[in-house]
Parts: sequence; structure tokens; C-alpha cells
Amino acid sequence: MSRSLKKGPYVHPKVYAKVEKMNMLGVKDPIKTWARACTIVPEFVGHTFMVHNGKIHVKVFVTEEMVGHRLGEFSPTRTFRGHGGKGGKK
Amino acid sequence: MPRLLGVDIPNDRPTVIALQYLYGVGPKIARDLCHKAGVNPQARAKELREDELARMAALLDKDYVVEGQLRRQINQNILRLRDIACYRGIRHRRGLPVRGQRTRTNARTRKGPKKTVAGKKGVKDLR
Repeated sequence: MSRSLKKGPYVHPKVYAKVEKMNMLGVKDPIKTWARACTIVPEFVGHTFMVHNGKIHVKVFVTEEMVGHRLGEFSPTRTFRGHGGKGGKK
Repeated sequence: MPRLLGVDIPNDRPTVIALQYLYGVGPKIARDLCHKAGVNPQARAKELREDELARMAALLDKDYVVEGQLRRQINQNILRLRDIACYRGIRHRRGLPVRGQRTRTNARTRKGPKKTVAGKKGVKDLR
């Protein structure tokens, strides 16, 4: 079920405040964050986020097309290295 | 046999049913269309007059996205997801289920026919 429109998009307040501040100052430093559930709003476009995937912070450069998605969608939490391999184990 | 929107030739079934042979037209749109065009939904498709067909074609063109246009739209949506490299886009690229379904078993629609791996549990039983 999708989120109630009444509430508006979920944007992590601290991340949002930081982006606003940076937009005012005109700087674009990467923002380290754990807020994977934070929705990307138009103000974020052009910024770089370091989104935690449980292990490391993955660099995510936000483009216009990403608006409406969540930060976590761009920072995969699993790495699949394939099955088997040479010979495999006995 | 009547033709609607170029290629589609629904057969001699009730109009509501025949319309559903169009890609992107289901029960709801078919019913609405008959109603708006003033066509008897139960009349066989072959009994439709030229003007009735023209009216329905015009309505489809105006208010609905169907056939090639719809297919293109869907493909574009998927391409967008692929391009921005979000989780759903990655699942599309890899040909795995996109909406969080299990992949330990099933998921055959997305993954295609079974690829049996030697030595895996259960392989002996297959013989």
C-alpha cells in the first residue's frame, strides 16, 4: 500500500536540513547518511550522498530521474558473486 | 471481420469480449467503451456498423493508451529504472523478480526454464 498523500513524502529531517543549508551556501559535499528510507525530493538533485548499505557508504549521485525513489534503492545491500566456480568444492 | 486500430481483428464474439483482444483493453475499458460509443455490448463484433467502429476507434485514440503505444510506454518505464540503477532496475537487468518474491524456489516466469546443477541436493532423485 502506498503512503498517504496527506503526510507528504518521507524525508529524513536531518538530511533535508543539511541539503537546504548546502543549497543556500551553494556547496555540494557528499552527505554521509544511514537514512535509506528517505525519499529523494527535487532539492536533492545534483547532490552526492553516501548511502550506507549495512557495510559501507555507497556513493549515489542524484539525478532528476531519481526523484521519488528512496535513497536505499541505489545502495544495494547484497552482492551476488555467482554460483559454483572452477571445479567447485568436493 | 471488423478491424479496429489497424491490425486487430476481433472475431465473432460479443463486442465487450471482442474488444478485449486489444492489448491494454480489459473488461472495464471494454464496457466503458461500448457505453460511451452507444454500442450494444452483447452484439456480435461482426454485426458492428462502420460508424460504430469509427466511434470506438476515435474514443480509444483519444482517451486510452493501447497496443503499440502502451507497449512502448511500459518499455520506457523499465528502461528508466534500468538507467538509474535502482534496485528494481537491477532486478530487471538480471531477469529476476522485481517485487520482492522468493527466488529460492519458483520465480520460473522470470528466470526461464530450470537449469539443473550437478551435485546439488535432489539431482539424484531426478534420475
